[in-house]
Amino acid sequence: MKRIVAKEEYCMNCRLCEVYCLVSHSRSKDLIKAFRQERGEIVPRITVERLGPVSFAVQCRHCDEPACVEACMTGALHRDPATGEVTHDPQRCVGCWMCVMVCPTGAIRRDRNGHVAAKCDLCLETGTPACVANCPNEALVIEEDND
Amino acid sequence: MSKRLVQAEFNVERDPERCIQCQVCVRQCSNQVHAYDAESDQVTCDEASCVGCQRCATLCPTNALTIKKAPPEFAPDNNWTSDVIQNIYRQAETGGVLLSAMGNDTAKVSWWDNILLNASQVTNPSIDPLREPMELTTFLGAKPNAVELNFDDQGGPSLATKLAPQLVLSTPIMFSAMSYGAISYNAFESLARAAGQYGTFANSGEGGLHKDFWPHGPNMIVQVASGRFGVDIDYLKVAAAVEIKIGQGAKPGIGGHLPGEKVDERISQTRMIPVGSDAISPAPHHDIYSIEDLRQLIYSLKEATRYQKPISVKIAAVHNVAAIASGIVRAGADIVAIDGYKGGTGAAPTMIRNNVGIPIEFALAAVDDRLRQEGIRNQASVVACGGFRSSADVVKAIALGADAVYIGTAALVALGCHLCQKCYTGKCNWGIATQDPYLTRRLNPEIGARRLVNLLRGWSHEIKEMMGGMGINAIESLRGNREHLRGVGLSDRELSILGIKAAGE
Repeated sequence: MKRIVAKEEYCMNCRLCEVYCLVSHSRSKDLIKAFRQERGEIVPRITVERLGPVSFAVQCRHCDEPACVEACMTGALHRDPATGEVTHDPQRCVGCWMCVMVCPTGAIRRDRNGHVAAKCDLCLETGTPACVANCPNEALVIEEDND
Repeated sequence: MSKRLVQAEFNVERDPERCIQCQVCVRQCSNQVHAYDAESDQVTCDEASCVGCQRCATLCPTNALTIKKAPPEFAPDNNWTSDVIQNIYRQAETGGVLLSAMGNDTAKVSWWDNILLNASQVTNPSIDPLREPMELTTFLGAKPNAVELNFDDQGGPSLATKLAPQLVLSTPIMFSAMSYGAISYNAFESLARAAGQYGTFANSGEGGLHKDFWPHGPNMIVQVASGRFGVDIDYLKVAAAVEIKIGQGAKPGIGGHLPGEKVDERISQTRMIPVGSDAISPAPHHDIYSIEDLRQLIYSLKEATRYQKPISVKIAAVHNVAAIASGIVRAGADIVAIDGYKGGTGAAPTMIRNNVGIPIEFALAAVDDRLRQEGIRNQASVVACGGFRSSADVVKAIALGADAVYIGTAALVALGCHLCQKCYTGKCNWGIATQDPYLTRRLNPEIGARRLVNLLRGWSHEIKEMMGGMGINAIESLRGNREHLRGVGLSDRELSILGIKAAGE
């Protein structure tokens, strides 16, 4: 499957991936409106972790054996065996935060407004993840994983 | 502390309608101009330390930032300009030498702009480079006085003359000497990779060649400078050619100083000096006080490299450049590189950068003339450097007599440099002239090499177009072909030194 790979040696902690992730998951899809009118309602599904000069972006790894799917009591989290993508259905999510607790990379965030989990969906709507498309230093790339 | 009198050089304008408080500017400015105030949820700024590098404005996702030059409004005066007044304030506060970086920014005239190129009309055909072959391959090194041939039984010829070692360039453009230390590891790697990909050469500068870069050796010219940093037999062997650095256009007559705080583990290995120690290049080579001494070093390097590599000598363009170049050729150099007064640097005293040396246009013309008059022009290739901004400058330099050019500033601009001229602070926001690990990662060498190759491709294409227009299909036919140049707005004396006719003649 396609995976987003972070090249930490070129991540420069600008956090534009977070900015564009938020916009990509907004209603308006407009930078200024998303931040002005929707912030608080939505959260980016990618987080840049930093220690000193080193930083990199963390988002759902779409694990082969996802702990979040195991832990999800409502079946909101699901791994598509055909594509390998781990998907999240907010309609079924009850906000118990078990997935947040068990995710080994800390990639799932809480969308407090809707009281549901928020995680990377690889920008299925547009095809190209917004974080990859907008990383100014090509520190986020898509790589095909043939496992 | 008494009140500082130096005023901010730039205005930072933030459009509150557009700013989304994403703080990209806060995280990207190494000069701490931007800050986030959580209490008011506002990004604020302190313009005093803005250097005008445009990093924040470039990365701002909503284009909310505009950085404008803000010359402090002193009373209008043509002599005591705001730059002059600010400089005096700075020195009155610190008692130090004014520092600058990159090339001379005061020169109001570029003689390249006063030289125009020819094109074919009616009486000779121009050539379309997209339809017909156009040769840019350039060979650097000593050429024989005459070529002798042997013929076998069937009359087939073979070369009897032993040729001197040559550098083969796919285009007459190389990257200037910029040391690892002055520029970052990633900037250095970008240059080395691009040189390899395009079939030209990058220059290690005087700071040695890290072992990681040895695979790029076939496309590297390595320098032996007055500090002898990183020089050993392996360094000489791994490179394609060796250059003795005598001087640099931005600061003729003075040495260099890489501050100890930039000398980390990797630079220490590369320069062969202890971590944290200042790397000081003396002004002269302490073993070169004459042309004869230079000859000894040239031949030491030739012996060390088994006469298999061209030896270059780089000098700054100064008043007696033609006589000096003649001496260098007679001392046995295969390549003479001449750096004009607009050449760049990572750090130079401002007064020296702006006032010492002569323009490359005159130096190049004088050197080419002198070597021809003495009948030794074939014994060495001439490489011009110092402020080449475009392919047109390159074509004019080759027609004036250069075999090839070095580009430094243009290459850095391709890598993202915005010419803020603050390389010496070590805070380069573009990750080029810095060793701060938070900043160096901003230059991804894959992107850097791609952009440099694009620049070389674009310029080479334009050179072919200009040559085609003149009806020339090989760069060899353009070299020293001053009939294809005409001067405008130049005095008779300037025209005669440049060896070109006035427009209309």
